[in-house]
Amino acid sequence: MSEQKLQSQTVQTTGHAWDGDLQEYNNPLPAWWVYTFYVTVVFALVYWTIYPSWPIGKGWIGGASSITYVNSAGETKTHSWNTRALLVKELNEASVAQKPYFDKVSSMSYEQIAKDPEMNGFIISAGKSLFADNCAACHQSGGQGVVGFFPNLADDDWLYGGSFDKIHETLLGGRRGYMPTFSEVLSGAQIDQLANYVASLSGIGHDATKASAGNVLFHSDTAACFYCHAVDAKGRKDIGAPNLTDNIWLWANVPAVQGDVSKVAAIREVIANGLNKGVMPAWAGRLSAEQIKVLTVYVHELGGGQ
Amino acid sequence: MQTGLEDQLGLYQKRIPIFTRSVKGRFRRFKTSVLVLAYAMFFLLPWIPWTRLDAPAQALLFDLPGRQFLIFGLTVYPQNIIWLAFLLIIAAILLFFVTGLVGRAFCGYFCFQTVWTDFFIWIESAIQGERPTRVRLFRQPWDREKIIKVGSTHALWLLVSFWTGLSFVAYFTYAPQLVLDFFTGRAADAAYITTGLLTLTTYVAAGLMREQVCTYICPYGRFQSVMYEPETLAVHYDAKRGEGVHGRAVVRAGRGIVTERRLARAEGVMSAERRLADLTTGARALAERHEKGLGDCIDCGLCVQVCPAGIDIREGLQYKCISCGLCIDACNTIMDSFGFPRGLIRYDSESNLAAATQAPPRLHWLGLKTLGYGAAFILMSGLLVYSISSQESFDRAVSQIRQPLYVVLSNNDIRNRYQVRITNKAAYEQTYFISATDIPADALDFGGFSEISIKPGHSGLVQVSVHLPPALAAKTERFDLVITPKGKPAEARSESVHFDSPSRRP
Repeated sequence: MSEQKLQSQTVQTTGHAWDGDLQEYNNPLPAWWVYTFYVTVVFALVYWTIYPSWPIGKGWIGGASSITYVNSAGETKTHSWNTRALLVKELNEASVAQKPYFDKVSSMSYEQIAKDPEMNGFIISAGKSLFADNCAACHQSGGQGVVGFFPNLADDDWLYGGSFDKIHETLLGGRRGYMPTFSEVLSGAQIDQLANYVASLSGIGHDATKASAGNVLFHSDTAACFYCHAVDAKGRKDIGAPNLTDNIWLWANVPAVQGDVSKVAAIREVIANGLNKGVMPAWAGRLSAEQIKVLTVYVHELGGGQ
Repeated sequence: MQTGLEDQLGLYQKRIPIFTRSVKGRFRRFKTSVLVLAYAMFFLLPWIPWTRLDAPAQALLFDLPGRQFLIFGLTVYPQNIIWLAFLLIIAAILLFFVTGLVGRAFCGYFCFQTVWTDFFIWIESAIQGERPTRVRLFRQPWDREKIIKVGSTHALWLLVSFWTGLSFVAYFTYAPQLVLDFFTGRAADAAYITTGLLTLTTYVAAGLMREQVCTYICPYGRFQSVMYEPETLAVHYDAKRGEGVHGRAVVRAGRGIVTERRLARAEGVMSAERRLADLTTGARALAERHEKGLGDCIDCGLCVQVCPAGIDIREGLQYKCISCGLCIDACNTIMDSFGFPRGLIRYDSESNLAAATQAPPRLHWLGLKTLGYGAAFILMSGLLVYSISSQESFDRAVSQIRQPLYVVLSNNDIRNRYQVRITNKAAYEQTYFISATDIPADALDFGGFSEISIKPGHSGLVQVSVHLPPALAAKTERFDLVITPKGKPAEARSESVHFDSPSRRP
């Protein structure tokens, strides 16, 4: 077959003949392919000289191009080009672009910021990302919180007060919510009476006799609920004691359960066991003063202002 | 296995250089006026001043970093991208419409490849002379004359290409500043890159490749061919008249008419036949030819010499023909000089040429396709004009904050929040305020500010919080937020939004 082909003279051979008649076909690569290959070789050579390429010992060839950036210590560094330095450089540029806005934030009062549409636009976008990075893990992305764990920031009920200054104070120093365990000092019946009384405050179906006994207990020195929750049961914001007369529930998961009996049981649970988990960390030192100010206005707007 | 196929079918064809002869006539005049008009528009438009409040004083400015196209009194924002779609659809339909009627008129008279090539050929002939001189120059060795003439031609081409590139860039930035910056090395990188690329492509396409762009690269020329109808007017050679019974024949001065098919030098033919025309009338000469069974074509070859695509139109309609009409001018000139009737090469339709008795060529408006394209063209143009003239002075986007969908307040009221983004598309600063219909006025809460002032071309964000008592919340599924520009209640626009409450928990 091969002889037939050779005789047809349509396929070139390399021109050598071994053992008299052994020849090799010459099927060269297409010219365009070969030249493309040469171009890639030249490209690689150029690339090696411009960018970091070969490892040598513990170092590497840096390449001709360099990058200048300011590191976290504020020193200007010039290094052979690399993506980490590029990231630092771009982050620096981004913070320079944001600086005028943060400067404005620190020079303006909360009320001025909230009333200025342009600054408000900045708060909405910058605050959103700050909130998502630092707060949303507990308070959820929209600030709606989780009943039983983290307070809802989007409603109009504030444990420690919802003014700009109070929110700022909360952010700076953090908070620690605490309620003692009453199962050790009160009998089960007494706790049941108290739970019925608290349910009656919020208009939840309850046992009226137990509730009136609970009322007495609430205001007595035996249970001493009124020390913290105040005589009218509307709470004390200076110590973060919640208002028991509204429809907002943080610790007792009343909204999630169906039926009055279950709702009262949820309240009883909290009174019996108390709670020692209402911890919010302090953000002073973790975030800059301007960032905390941005978050203050952002959180204030989440709750619609108070 | 097939071998040696590449040798049989060479995929690469070496370009045969084309030296076009210049010609005078109707179509040449039309082409020249289109060229002058197109160049005047392209090169001068970026330099027209236009006073604006807070944008560069340039009548036509495609401000990419500012996200706006400034077109005289009109400001086009990215939100108006649909206009571009309309414009492209209109352009496509217009192309189909015209092609169905008069063939590749776009290719022959309006395409920038044709226009720039035409101008480059004009430069070439201005420096190197008429066709025979250019052919001689092409054949002679590289002596001083050839180097100077060809070199200066290419230099001038490059200059025109460069100014073409720079003019294009001038549409995207303030032109006087650009030219100043460009030559002092302070213009943006993009300006240098774009100008460089366009200089190169213009020089290569209009100077070096020319008709090869139309023949090998351009898809439009190819797909326009399928839009031809038998009634479509196109540049045709009337073969019946031109070839007669025994074919075309050269006219020889003094020796009458011979059937020898030979390409004569056009100058000789013309001067000789002008004398002939003086002696006898064209009609008599023609009658003599017809008697011998000869066609009207005297085979002077002028139609081939003037063709920028380098084809012979007498071989019939072909894909390389860009329909520029120069061969019509050339043939008419010859026919005039002989006293023969004009129109041996003319705009005519395939069906008319094939008919036993030919009617004068006319446009066939009444085809289904033509009427359809025409109707589509009018419809789309109307839509575009309506869309531009009725555009609103502001854009709005209302989105409900869905995390959380609703909040139960301490008094059991339900609160929903909405984010309203208003983009001011007017040319002046405008204040907007937001109200609601179907719900009590005191249900709305804007936080710090109830109205927002937005600069032209900018956007503003407003957060609206709406709280309703449980009974009303259960009834309210939707309501309207109304955005009103201050002092212009007629321009108010409402946006229907959803209201979520626990009773309709999704």
